[in-house]
Amino acid sequence: MSQPPKTPGVFARLARARPTRPGEIYGVPGQGNTFWLSVGSVAVMLFVWWLVTTLGWVKPLFVPSPQAVLAKFVQVWNEGFTNTSFLEHALTSTLRVFGAFVLACLIGLPLGLAMGMSPTIRGIFDPPIEFYRPIPPLAYLPLMIIWFGIDETSKVLLIFLSMFAPIVLGARSGVKSAAIEQIHAAYSFGATRWQVMRHVILPSAMPEILTAMRVGIGFGWTTLVAAEMVAATKGLGYMVLSASQFLQTSVVIMGIFVIAAIAIAFDLMMRFLERRLVPWKGRM
Amino acid sequence: MSLNIDHVSVIYPAADGHPPVAALSDIDLTIAEGEFVVALGASGCGKSTLLNLIAGFLSPSSGTLTLDGRAVTGPGADRAVVFQKHALLPWLNVIENVAFGLQIQGVGKEARHRTANEYIQLLGLDGFQGSPVYKLSGGMQQRVGIARALTCDPKILLMDEPLGALDALTREKAQELILKIWGETRKSVFFITHSVEEALFMGTKLIVMSPRPGRITHTFDLPFSRQFQAGTPARQVKAAPEFIALRETVLNIIFSDEEAVQ
Repeated sequence: MSQPPKTPGVFARLARARPTRPGEIYGVPGQGNTFWLSVGSVAVMLFVWWLVTTLGWVKPLFVPSPQAVLAKFVQVWNEGFTNTSFLEHALTSTLRVFGAFVLACLIGLPLGLAMGMSPTIRGIFDPPIEFYRPIPPLAYLPLMIIWFGIDETSKVLLIFLSMFAPIVLGARSGVKSAAIEQIHAAYSFGATRWQVMRHVILPSAMPEILTAMRVGIGFGWTTLVAAEMVAATKGLGYMVLSASQFLQTSVVIMGIFVIAAIAIAFDLMMRFLERRLVPWKGRM
Repeated sequence: MSLNIDHVSVIYPAADGHPPVAALSDIDLTIAEGEFVVALGASGCGKSTLLNLIAGFLSPSSGTLTLDGRAVTGPGADRAVVFQKHALLPWLNVIENVAFGLQIQGVGKEARHRTANEYIQLLGLDGFQGSPVYKLSGGMQQRVGIARALTCDPKILLMDEPLGALDALTREKAQELILKIWGETRKSVFFITHSVEEALFMGTKLIVMSPRPGRITHTFDLPFSRQFQAGTPARQVKAAPEFIALRETVLNIIFSDEEAVQ
């Protein structure tokens, strides 16, 4: 007695890999275009936000409507917030973050490269960096204030420290990117250690350095609000915090969006730079 | 030019409870001007260790290496290395890669590009000067690697399985190209391969190496590359009875080495 072949169940069919379409590679994890799904995801979130606020399911105190946030943005743009214009808030925060970022790159990148190249320097600087790296910036914020006062120095320094460790570690591991054949090739032409560093190790570390810079600036923006918690009179973080004290939820949400927008704009710029500077990334 | 390897041994020190390993034991080898020496052998026979010694990346545990009477004490531009892969610099285009050795030596941009262009022509890469190397095929990348090694006018070319990553057809074409260039430049060559046919076709001298300890067990003088240079087509050279007979002899040596290991 031959049984008819059993049709696989719906879950079995979903779990099975399907042959790929021409132009794609079979079995590559997570391949496929996500653009329209992402657009849809954002649209649905906006719609749900609009729906729950318009139907009055949530009080404006907790979640103001998208229209209210937009209106607040226009109002703050025109009239400023706490006697400071919107652009000044944005500019102050951007300067703090980017000032700290430039500083972290100027010190962190050479130090990271040196740590990758020299066991002596790695041995000296590895313990302090690994010690402070996992500590949340909020935990050492009081120390910053005790040591450096409540003006600009402690704010920039706090943001600087949050970026410094990831930038150092990225540059340090980037040193390992060069293939040993590339290094040997340079030495076989009579290159000095310095030339190998300059012509082989540094360029091949560029992809990891750029990634480290992206990660670093992300940490910077997450630390901004903490840095502007104490004795700030302007800045986006200050704006969000003081708005929350007056329960101006729409300003809080608006401030969050502005921070996100600046951070995303910078990230897009870094990705553009990455495509221009290291088009060979992952291709050799 | 003459490279002399005299009673050279390389012993890797004991580690993790393993006894010391003799990677190379008592190697004697002379590479004369214009010679094309091919090293062949089962894996672990020390071919690459020998190349690293000549390149100066490794110093011998005992014995001496001299190039034109001077001891080899480190890497230098008189010995250029061609690697199997991963050795080009993807942030440089073809001509910049070819000129890289001259750049390291401080040659000005115009002069080094002029020299690079000569070798680009020689290797049939004309028209690709500005191409990014990561967009080239494996065969063309290897030609860039060879051109780069030649630009510094080394006394000897060290080739570490340079054709090992190529497909069979590209590989045969590349063999002929290398022989053609060897004929034109009259460089000495030390060439490592896993392919017996490639070894016989290309070399003027074949050394067969055996593992544990790594040593040279057989040496053959080969006529085939000269036949090819005299105008006999490559396929005809490789189909000749003497070629096939020697191929079988060498294969027997290598297979018995492999079996002895297992």
